[in-house]
Amino acid sequence: MKRILLTLTLIATAAFASMSARADDATNAPAAAAPAPAAATVEQRVTDLEQYFQNMGVGGSGDSKWASKIAGVPGPGHNAWLLTSTALVLFMTLPGLALFYGGLVRKKNVLSVLAQCFLITGLVTILWVFVGYGMIFGGSGAADKEDLIKGIAGSPKIGWMMQSVTSAPNTNYSYWVSENVFAMFQLMFAIITPALIVGSIAERMKFKAIVVFITMWMFVVYFTQGHMVWGINGIMNGVWNANASIKAIDFAGGTVVHMTSGYTGLILCLILGKRIGFPKGNFAPHSLVLTYIGTGMLWVGWYGFNSGSAVAADVVAANAFTTTTIATAVASFVWPLCDWLIKGKPTVLGFCSGAVAGLVAITPACGFVTPQGSIIIGIAVGVICWFMVNKVKSMIGYDDALDTFGVHAVGGTLGAIMTGMFARNVANANLATNLKDKVTDHIFQPLLWEQLKAVGVTLALVIPATVILAYITKMLVGLRPSEEIEIAGLDIAEHGEEGYTA
Amino acid sequence: MKKIEAIIKPFKLEEVKDALSEIGIEGMTVTEVKGFGRQKGHTEIYRGSEYTVDFLPKIKLELVVADTQTDACVAAIIKSAKTGKIGDGKVFVSSVEQAVRIRTEEKGESAV
Repeated sequence: MKRILLTLTLIATAAFASMSARADDATNAPAAAAPAPAAATVEQRVTDLEQYFQNMGVGGSGDSKWASKIAGVPGPGHNAWLLTSTALVLFMTLPGLALFYGGLVRKKNVLSVLAQCFLITGLVTILWVFVGYGMIFGGSGAADKEDLIKGIAGSPKIGWMMQSVTSAPNTNYSYWVSENVFAMFQLMFAIITPALIVGSIAERMKFKAIVVFITMWMFVVYFTQGHMVWGINGIMNGVWNANASIKAIDFAGGTVVHMTSGYTGLILCLILGKRIGFPKGNFAPHSLVLTYIGTGMLWVGWYGFNSGSAVAADVVAANAFTTTTIATAVASFVWPLCDWLIKGKPTVLGFCSGAVAGLVAITPACGFVTPQGSIIIGIAVGVICWFMVNKVKSMIGYDDALDTFGVHAVGGTLGAIMTGMFARNVANANLATNLKDKVTDHIFQPLLWEQLKAVGVTLALVIPATVILAYITKMLVGLRPSEEIEIAGLDIAEHGEEGYTA
Repeated sequence: MKKIEAIIKPFKLEEVKDALSEIGIEGMTVTEVKGFGRQKGHTEIYRGSEYTVDFLPKIKLELVVADTQTDACVAAIIKSAKTGKIGDGKVFVSSVEQAVRIRTEEKGESAV
């Protein structure tokens, strides 16, 4: 305990020292050399307002620049939607995912899952404020030397403690949304991603090991993958980075969120080994009612996740909302239909699993595909994930407790690939900016190849990193609780509480 | 005095209770129990994992009655609890040596 306190004190001291150093830098900076543009005329002020309606920048560009009266002012409509979306995405983890997973475990482990989700919420927020936001979204994009590895790994030094983050928009990412709102919105993604991993390792990983593993994993995997895909100079940011070496697209996190967490889940569950008694014992979910409630919350929250990822209340957000609804509804219909046709009964868990699989697959696609494309994605993910979870898992015999791999990795990969097939210019005008030659509105358009490359890079980062980090964690604190604790249940042994006392 | 123990399907409890009340039975003890007989359990499937549930929920009814009432009671239980399908349950009858009403300390048949 003393050691932890000492470390915390050191971190805090270093943080404040660096903050004051930065402030000094700012005051000593030389004044800008370029002459200030002229004050805006009434016509130009009207143009600025029209730009707001279309989610575009103010103040003109090139030779006709003017000093906009609303430059640096967040746009109320766009900001309001992102504030709402941010809360919705938090709602996905607390309580959505926590209840979804909580219902699927056995009674004796329900609190351990809830505790892990809450732990991750606090832990990731702290990492995010100190370095995480800066590592993904910090830096101007122009000064690539700020990165640890150009376009791949941002530096923990950029945006230390979010000191440069204010209510003014950061036009690298949004013309109208306050940067602090944007930072909180993105934080919620960073929270739910490691929380998804909990599904694979449920009921059999030490709480301490989860703290250690997730902390390291956020730096090595999430902040890096996030920077590559969403950072302004990221090497896989095909939509906004003209110099991206892989011109891939990922609207709301198919690779960053679902593939990273899903494949990490698989590797971890292989390294951890099966739960004691698996697969002979009774591992039936203790409350599908909780799972059902959690699923509903996930779906509602996912509108913030997907539609909010337009970072504006604009036409792209409207399309993302539509495609998210369609793909999810279709998959939630197809999965229990497979249950019914192949196993004889449509199951409640099938409805819930289908909905989540649909949400996962449409995540990278929602802002780029048309409603027609989203129907096909919904059908495909419903059938393919059903087979992964119901047939392939038992054939191979790994113990992916709550199917993080079968739903998130498989659905995320499928979504990333199908985004390459069904992204259409009519769905998102931004595709024409840097991807004119990639998005040709055909199923086998060149974008598909770029998406496959992005899938490959993601796997090449996630799999080795997870193996190494898991063994480091094992060396430091051990991975599994004792047999006695695992059989008694993690709730009492690790948290000293019971979920149901009556 | 005889003790009647009946294992019945849970949804039949109301009917059995009413049938016993009709023939003048004034008290009984009911417990929720689990078990299996020839009906066996059933299989549940969660995402491809199959679990056999051996023990099914049943209701156990216990009542102690005077010797003269025994046959009528058993008949009433059988008539009201029967569905004709497997899993309807069983009735057991055994002798009881003594009964005491705690409040009044009455003994024997007047206590039941």
